[in-house]
Amino acid sequence: MAESKEAGGLSRLLNAAWVRPFLFLMFIVVAWDLAIRLFHIPAYQIPSPGDVLAVLQTDWPELLRQSWPTTYATICGFLLSALFGIPVAMLIAGSKTVESYVYPLLVFSQSVPKIAIAPLFVVWFGFGIIPKVISAFLLGFFPVVVSAVQGFKSVDPDMVDLARAMQGSRFQVFRAVNLPHAMPAIFSGLKVSVTLAVVGAVVGEFVGSNSGIGYVMQRSIGTFDLPTMFAALVILALLGVILFWVVDRIERLVIPWHVSQREDIIFAS
Amino acid sequence: MKPATKINVDQPAAHLRLVSGRAAGETSGIKLSGVSKTYRSRDGDVPSLRPLDFHINQGEFFVVVGPSGCGKSTLLKMISGLLPPTSGEVLVEGEPVTKPHGNVGIVFQNALLLPWRNILSNVMLPIDMKKLPREKYLARAKELLKLVGLEGFEKKLPWQLSGGMQQRASICRALVHDPKIMLMDEPFGALDAMTRERMNVELMRIQRETGKTVLLITHSIPEAVFLADRVLVMTERPGAIAAIYDVPLPRPRSLDAMSDPVFTELVQRIRKHFFTQGSLD
Repeated sequence: MAESKEAGGLSRLLNAAWVRPFLFLMFIVVAWDLAIRLFHIPAYQIPSPGDVLAVLQTDWPELLRQSWPTTYATICGFLLSALFGIPVAMLIAGSKTVESYVYPLLVFSQSVPKIAIAPLFVVWFGFGIIPKVISAFLLGFFPVVVSAVQGFKSVDPDMVDLARAMQGSRFQVFRAVNLPHAMPAIFSGLKVSVTLAVVGAVVGEFVGSNSGIGYVMQRSIGTFDLPTMFAALVILALLGVILFWVVDRIERLVIPWHVSQREDIIFAS
Repeated sequence: MKPATKINVDQPAAHLRLVSGRAAGETSGIKLSGVSKTYRSRDGDVPSLRPLDFHINQGEFFVVVGPSGCGKSTLLKMISGLLPPTSGEVLVEGEPVTKPHGNVGIVFQNALLLPWRNILSNVMLPIDMKKLPREKYLARAKELLKLVGLEGFEKKLPWQLSGGMQQRASICRALVHDPKIMLMDEPFGALDAMTRERMNVELMRIQRETGKTVLLITHSIPEAVFLADRVLVMTERPGAIAAIYDVPLPRPRSLDAMSDPVFTELVQRIRKHFFTQGSLD
């Protein structure tokens, strides 16, 4: 009796939604370890998961200390891209003239590899936090603009007409109809943006910095310290996941009415 | 009841206008004089409406039928003040329309409820836009929801309601600020046939109880005849008046009116317009 109950509890735990990614992760780690053993991959090419875990354990305080500058630069860059991206998208969606002048250039600017121009920021702004923030901002900016433009433009013109026919001012109509309508698209842009901002911050650290996870990676590559390098990658992935999760939580708070959130709504009757 | 032979529908349109143009005050209802619309596009001017002259009386149920793309929706936008006519003048309650005047309630084919607002606050949208006192109109909004049978659904979100219920909520939204005129652009076009018939009966009841002037656009000839005091038949693009018919069916009407010989005769007559002109799609 007690045994079956325990088994039921265990299977319920294994089927819980939040456990699944961890189970899959464990599967990947085991496969990684097996592959190294089976194919005799030398440690200077790919370190074993055990070595990486060992580094994570022993160097944890140092890694944690180095991850703060990266996190800080990521968040600053991300906030900047939201702060500028959404108003720029508003202008592009609101005016055909602005769109024809700005949008093609914006797309053009995206084809310039940020990694190639990152050293320029070091030349201009030195080795501080600013080059990293700018690099994170530049990578995060574009997805926010593209999604938000899409969101603002997909408003049903009849809905806008309806609000305008009720003598709503341009601003009133925008706040009551256009902005909330664009929110789901804006958030999907923000989610892409936040993960790209992590990449941007690391790129900034690659080219000129003496702190941050990017710097740790750069240094460990130089000394063929692959376990540390992989540990840094794990930290970066964790950072991306946490920031993504935070944006996702905020989205649930801001647009609880949207289709993607509906399973959360509990209603009586 | 008048015998069917009394409706003389074969008269030319201009003559008919004289017959049905009741002696109406210039300062009430909707008056269009020489109103036309031409859209400018890259390939030149596209005429949408040829000059129209007609008058809709206060409290009248006026229905426009016509083929797709004959400029019916343009007509509606010009009356609400969203679109300036290329020529001519629209008068609402004796005032020339140059910008949105807010004296209309609009119902579109889709309910167009804002998905982030609950039903009650969707109905209150015109009050927010017009910056009217919320407290004063909240009771009215609830009353209207009761009138259309949506009592108890005030706090629901739009997607939790069926299509017919959503459209009823959008009718409440069109009435909440107590406009003189209701403009309806194929309001029941997206509903299934059974719901549609029920909504027709309900709309007539609402119009009778509120005394609003209604301008309704539809593709369905039986629907037009069933609802209307007068039916305006439009030609294909660019839209012009083909004819205006009085509907002499007594009110209140039930769905049984649809088997009345007067009704079937009139439906047939109107249908003829489209079959001699081309197809009604």
